Amino acid sequence: MPDLPRPTLHRRLILLWLLAPALLWLSLLIILPHIELAMLALRRRVAPHVYEPSLLQFRTFFAEPLYWQVFLRTAVMSALATALTLLVAFPAAWVITKVARGRAGALLFVVCLIPFWVSETVRTLGWLILLRESGVLPALLVKLGITDMPVELLYHDATILVGLVYTSLLFMVVPLVNSLESLDNALIEAAYNLGAGGPAILRHIVIPHAAPGITAGCIIVFMLTLGNYLTPTLLGGKNSQWFTELIYTQFIARFNWEQGAAFGFLLLGLSTAMVAAGLRASGQRFVDVMRRA
Amino acid sequence: MISSLPRPAWLRAATALYVAAFLLFLFLPLVTVAAFAFNDSPYPAPPWRGFTLDWFFGNSSSGRVGLFHDAELLGSIGTSVLVALWVTALSVLIGTANAFLMERWEFPGKQALSVLMLVPLVIPGVILGISILAFCSLIAELGDALFGWDLDFLRPGLPLVVLGQFSYVATITTLMIGARLKRFDRTLEEAALNLGASHAAVLRTITFPYLRPALFGSAAISFLMSFENFNTTLMLVGADAPLTITMYGRMREGATPVLNAVSLFLMLASAALALTLLRADKRPA
Repeated sequence: MPDLPRPTLHRRLILLWLLAPALLWLSLLIILPHIELAMLALRRRVAPHVYEPSLLQFRTFFAEPLYWQVFLRTAVMSALATALTLLVAFPAAWVITKVARGRAGALLFVVCLIPFWVSETVRTLGWLILLRESGVLPALLVKLGITDMPVELLYHDATILVGLVYTSLLFMVVPLVNSLESLDNALIEAAYNLGAGGPAILRHIVIPHAAPGITAGCIIVFMLTLGNYLTPTLLGGKNSQWFTELIYTQFIARFNWEQGAAFGFLLLGLSTAMVAAGLRASGQRFVDVMRRA
Repeated sequence: MISSLPRPAWLRAATALYVAAFLLFLFLPLVTVAAFAFNDSPYPAPPWRGFTLDWFFGNSSSGRVGLFHDAELLGSIGTSVLVALWVTALSVLIGTANAFLMERWEFPGKQALSVLMLVPLVIPGVILGISILAFCSLIAELGDALFGWDLDFLRPGLPLVVLGQFSYVATITTLMIGARLKRFDRTLEEAALNLGASHAAVLRTITFPYLRPALFGSAAISFLMSFENFNTTLMLVGADAPLTITMYGRMREGATPVLNAVSLFLMLASAALALTLLRADKRPA
């Protein structure tokens, strides 16, 4: 206890005991594994058990169109999914904080959180049953006379986006609700009384105020989407690979750890770049949001 | 527009419509999964052929293997529980130590350490998995080559799954327990010490009872995070597959409604956990 005089040796021992678990955890499970991953990514096997430093894996990535195309596709789809999630989540957050009266808002908020207590596997199973050719929605479309035959709703890029938006909603709604809650209604009323319309209020008052929440939500959603595996592999087709699938294939199926490690670093690089850019924009709030998520 | 301002009728209608569509979007997949657990059909697909409990209680004699007779699914639930218990115990223990370290002590490099503790949350789960896999294999190979040790637990399998999940769940427990410890009124401890209590007694009778809600809350979250983890687990799993991995494998093959049955079971378990947490939150600390 810092405020009480104790023998320094004793205090040092306690500090050491408290530091040891943190240092073991971070060095053995985070720092050293990533150093080993970097070593793998930056070497080339020239003979059994003989390696030399090399950028071969990164050259392969740029030389092989499949690889960088999947990488780009994953990045673009993740950005799209993030934007869509924002569009879907913003009105919900607005209703929760500004429109619903009394306890209705709090209730709606809790209801929004419920699906995310259930594992992603279960939620994806739901979409599979709903969307596949023999599934619920195609059957409904036939019954309503919209299509003659059941149509396959799975294995499209749009399907992947629906699944990703669904999985990401919570991580957008929570930071949005937090930032909209602190917006004083009097500001909106004042603007309205001075003659501002809805779009003007949104642009000049709401969005500037909610900007930190929007940035925080977008970073988290982009990061999680980029690293997702389950949703794109189950809802997407064979022709629409996700970059995490390439990592899995190299590491587990082909046992080419050098190539897999290089892919891993490319994904980590993109993810970190986005997180860093967003961290700079939204500052401390990021930590708060991570805590909730 | 906010509720205190006049809203035209079309806007009210649009808002109501939006909320309805939003809720439908949120709950449709879950309701579908639950409903088809009771469909009397070999596939989880329409049409509705009547109500059955086969997908829970059916044994192979009826041609349908229900959840409670599906050894593989039951085994993987057991595996998931075992992994989750280890991850929870480790994460809460180390999270508590970290919380005291970061809230009560000053030491050089503290700022850097507090940033480093957040890092596991921003590393994609797949990459946590492959980096730990690669590092552990390296250690296993070195141990074998240099000392002839047989370090089998460092090969893909449950110990690695526990380590992989723990590597980022520990950040969450550290944040949750640390947040509560930060709000603690230190004068309570000082009063007890002045009145002659030993440090151990103060911890046992004052500090830990105060922390208890955060300890239980972070334990529940750790358990859930571990139970539902897929990305990191996929990279580290060996012969014994936790539930998410088994379910994923079956979903790729096209499964029977027994998966719906196990999903319904998971939903109920999550709901029970959430309700327990809510009630624990309301109890005064």
